[in-house]
Amino acid sequence: MRIPCPHCGARDAQEFSYLGAADPQRPDGLDATEAAMLDYVYQRDNPAGRHRELWYHGAGCHAWLTVTRDTRTHAIESIEPVRRRGAGAAA
Amino acid sequence: MSAQPFRLAGGGLIDRSQTRSFRFDGRRYEGYAGDTLASALLANGVRLVGRSFKYHRPRGILSAGPEEPNALVELRAGARREPNTRATTTELYHGLEAASQNRWPSLAFDLLSVNQLAAPALVAGFYYKTFMWPARFWEKLYEPLIRRAAGLGRAAGREDPDHYEKAFAFCDLLVIGAGPAGLSAALAAGRAGARVILCDEDFRLGGKLLNEKREIDARAASEWIADALAELGSLPDVRIMPRTTVFGVYDHGVYGAVERVSDHLPIPPAHQPRQRSWRINAKRAVLAAGAIERPIVFAGNDTPGVMLAGAVRAYLNRHGVLPGREAVIFTTGDDGWTTARDLAAAGATIAAIVDPRPDRDPALTALATRLGARVVTGIVAGATGGRALEGLTVRAASGREEALSCDLLAVSNGWNPTLHLASHQNTRPAWDDAIHAFVPSAPPAGLSVAGAAAGRLSLALALVDGARLGGEAAAACGFAPKPTPQPPRTDPEGVAHSPVWRVRGGKRAFFPRKAFVDFQNDVTDADIELAAREGFRPVEHLKRYTTLGMATDQGKTSNLAGLAIMAEQTGKTIPETGATIFRPPYTPVAIGALAGHHRARDFRPTRLSPTHRWSQDQGAVFVESGLWMRAQYYPKPGESDWLTTVNREVLAVRNGVGLCDVSTLGKIDIQGADAAEFLERVYVNGWKALPVGKARYGLMLREDGFVMDDGTTSRLAQTHFLMTTTTANAARVMQHLEFCRQVLWPTLDVRMVSVSEHWAQAAIAGPKARAVLQGVVDPRHDISNEAFPYLAARAVTVGGGVPARLFRISFSGELAYELAVPADHGDAMMRALMAAGEPHGITPYGTEALGVMRIEKGHVAGNELNGQTTARDLGLGRMVSAKKDFIGRVMAKREALVAADRPVLVGFRPVNRSERLRAGAHFVGPGRSATLENDEGFMTSVAYSPSLRHWIGLGLLRNGPARIGERVRAVDPLRDGDVEVEICPACFLDPEGARLHG
Repeated sequence: MRIPCPHCGARDAQEFSYLGAADPQRPDGLDATEAAMLDYVYQRDNPAGRHRELWYHGAGCHAWLTVTRDTRTHAIESIEPVRRRGAGAAA
Repeated sequence: MSAQPFRLAGGGLIDRSQTRSFRFDGRRYEGYAGDTLASALLANGVRLVGRSFKYHRPRGILSAGPEEPNALVELRAGARREPNTRATTTELYHGLEAASQNRWPSLAFDLLSVNQLAAPALVAGFYYKTFMWPARFWEKLYEPLIRRAAGLGRAAGREDPDHYEKAFAFCDLLVIGAGPAGLSAALAAGRAGARVILCDEDFRLGGKLLNEKREIDARAASEWIADALAELGSLPDVRIMPRTTVFGVYDHGVYGAVERVSDHLPIPPAHQPRQRSWRINAKRAVLAAGAIERPIVFAGNDTPGVMLAGAVRAYLNRHGVLPGREAVIFTTGDDGWTTARDLAAAGATIAAIVDPRPDRDPALTALATRLGARVVTGIVAGATGGRALEGLTVRAASGREEALSCDLLAVSNGWNPTLHLASHQNTRPAWDDAIHAFVPSAPPAGLSVAGAAAGRLSLALALVDGARLGGEAAAACGFAPKPTPQPPRTDPEGVAHSPVWRVRGGKRAFFPRKAFVDFQNDVTDADIELAAREGFRPVEHLKRYTTLGMATDQGKTSNLAGLAIMAEQTGKTIPETGATIFRPPYTPVAIGALAGHHRARDFRPTRLSPTHRWSQDQGAVFVESGLWMRAQYYPKPGESDWLTTVNREVLAVRNGVGLCDVSTLGKIDIQGADAAEFLERVYVNGWKALPVGKARYGLMLREDGFVMDDGTTSRLAQTHFLMTTTTANAARVMQHLEFCRQVLWPTLDVRMVSVSEHWAQAAIAGPKARAVLQGVVDPRHDISNEAFPYLAARAVTVGGGVPARLFRISFSGELAYELAVPADHGDAMMRALMAAGEPHGITPYGTEALGVMRIEKGHVAGNELNGQTTARDLGLGRMVSAKKDFIGRVMAKREALVAADRPVLVGFRPVNRSERLRAGAHFVGPGRSATLENDEGFMTSVAYSPSLRHWIGLGLLRNGPARIGERVRAVDPLRDGDVEVEICPACFLDPEGARLHG
């Protein structure tokens, strides 16, 4: 696989590590409930098709990237640095 | 010995001035440069080259290419022996040694050929049905027996003495196959200025055109090939790679290829690898891999001397070898007639041309008349002969059968496009009724298919396709194609064809002979019928039940006939029956080529601390710790066992002073206005109140509530922290912090960078540590106990102005410091500390002594930070702040993670102080049996404490802290251990911490 890093250009997938879904949002703050946190840490969709997910360019620019990829074909529709507050999966 | 009795007097693309002598099964033969092992064997009249997999039947050469199912040999000898090498693609070199496989005691006389007599029992599914029970017989009796009787070649069994390497390439267009289509594609793209890589598995470029007597623009095809190669060679951005098989297509235009750099030489030249595996990144690719001819299933079709008609032309026209003197052609299309023409031209007698089609082109009959060959409208019903073909039974359309004698049968049944790579991305090929074959459908993005590989089976189409697709690929990469010249004119060729998948048993046969579908796996038409009867009808079941299409050739010559017979059995069409999706690799790839240099010591990189040389000079014994080599202990002359050394090192620290490299710890520099707030959120404990110039122990969790890592973090300035991580987790923590910063809290003003490799760091520990440091730290820095108390952390200078950082932190529990200098100064720092420490008896110590002392103090390390422990489990629950949010806070409070009976860290000492403890031992109550139900936890770390003079341990025990003073057993059934231990607090030495403040 080749991933077109917005900072470094197209690079081999070996330079990146994969985390998972990009959309779950961490329930920040002291009032976060256990149920909300359980959802955030464990509950994931497993779509056959379009998937927004997080990749880390550890052997490059150290950027966390939001990649929209088709899980059936690995076709990458878009890629951008993560920006939105709370757009993250569990570590 | 007559030299090469089947070599033609002239012709062929071989160099008769370059003799190559070689050995097959110990016997010496000669061939020429340009031969393959197969062509050289045929030139010498060697037709029996192997025994079959299951029935040990004599087998000869079927093909002239990578599809070969029969002619597999062990190539080379000793450590370089390579099993299952196809003789048809092995380039002949001087001194080549090869041996036939799967025969005993000799190829001509194989005892296990009696398997043929037992053949009725050895049908499809035989193993599943026969070796069912008793189950205990399987491993000891059945499996070794089967493995010996049925099999391919033997692995060398010794370390490969050769090197392999990996390489990467980038191009606009990758052309796979250098036949007429591939050459045209490369020319079109190369002329437009594109960066082109042209790969071909053969050592000579030209593809199937090398095998044919064809004309292009009224000149011999060989001249056209030579011109094309000369022009490609003159283009600066075209790279031609012969002996290179593109074996796989991966996502996003990544292609795997293996280049056989030295396989055509006896041994690789100095500094050259045997093979090189390539990862080629191509914006576009043209697959021009040609096609593979199909055999026909009939009784005795595996007799040596039955050969594909196209292969016969390859041996005739390319290698100047006559594969037989008296030939019959069995063809279901016009293409086979060309073989008759070329054989006759080379001096063979054509005994008959057998073609079942009643409505043939009259030109073919005229050709037969010219050749003086009889034409039979019918089929070949059976072949006779043991180790060589002796004759055939030919059945005319009327049903009348007759016997013909011959020593060669050329079989032609149409061609299957070599579409393997086009289906590597999980696309199923589509059936094409016009050519009775599967053709590529929806090839991977960026890949287009040209010529025969696309099912366009003529030279003219190959040339047109190649030029068109090569030009299109260049245009897609932004290169303006040069105006295309007129497509080259070719001489006429007939492609009409109507396949016969199999011929049912001949009436004349006294003893019904087997008709093979898959030569490599000894799968017959009867096996496929049996599979159909027993319900194994879907193509995937058929494959697994009969082994059709398995092993090294992956069914290149057999899959379609197998499908056709299954279709006939089930009353379906071939496309309804199924199609095979191919997976990489297209042909077998040596694991060595994929591994490259990554083996043995070079399997992964080795990291050396900046103080490594100093440790070596001190006589250190090193231990692998992740990628690092760390000094484990420093034996002195006369110390014969490691424990003696470690005890000395520990006591030296406890009573004097020791020096230990800790450079491998992860170090992350964190800066920004929100740096303290950021640490608040990633650590369980508080950071905002930490004064500048102070260090603090920190513990971080994963979001699921379990401990991730620990370490000390120092505040070097209001907005500047230096975090340390454990050696093992350095990269993981860095990634985690970047995740928190970029994904979770992008609005925080904080940045971080790993500085692990920028600083060399040493621990100086023991009551005399300060005295030693005072000899190294520049005197303007006051490091007295008052000015530089426990947990102080400040920038200093050493050795007259070298910038350094000094931390008063302790893993050993003694008065201790860690001193960090820029990595280049690491070696000098250690030597300066040794010099300053000499009057105080400074002693280097390694990771073992470090481990003993941290266990004595009850500090957790990797054994306890095992990904299954919470802060509470480790006795660190009081560190956890309730006043702020941090990673893992909510999940750590889950019911099961705070249950009272969770195993929690405590200390252990043997009741009988002379007994040794073992890490990994499980705790069981006194008088209880050592079973899972009675398991109460396990020992995580043990050490011999030279201060206490007995073994001590740390472990996770159910409800441990409430059981101080109780006794349990530490049971270690693997090592026969069963030791009574006393539960104690997880700190064995100086529990008040008085020494730290000394």
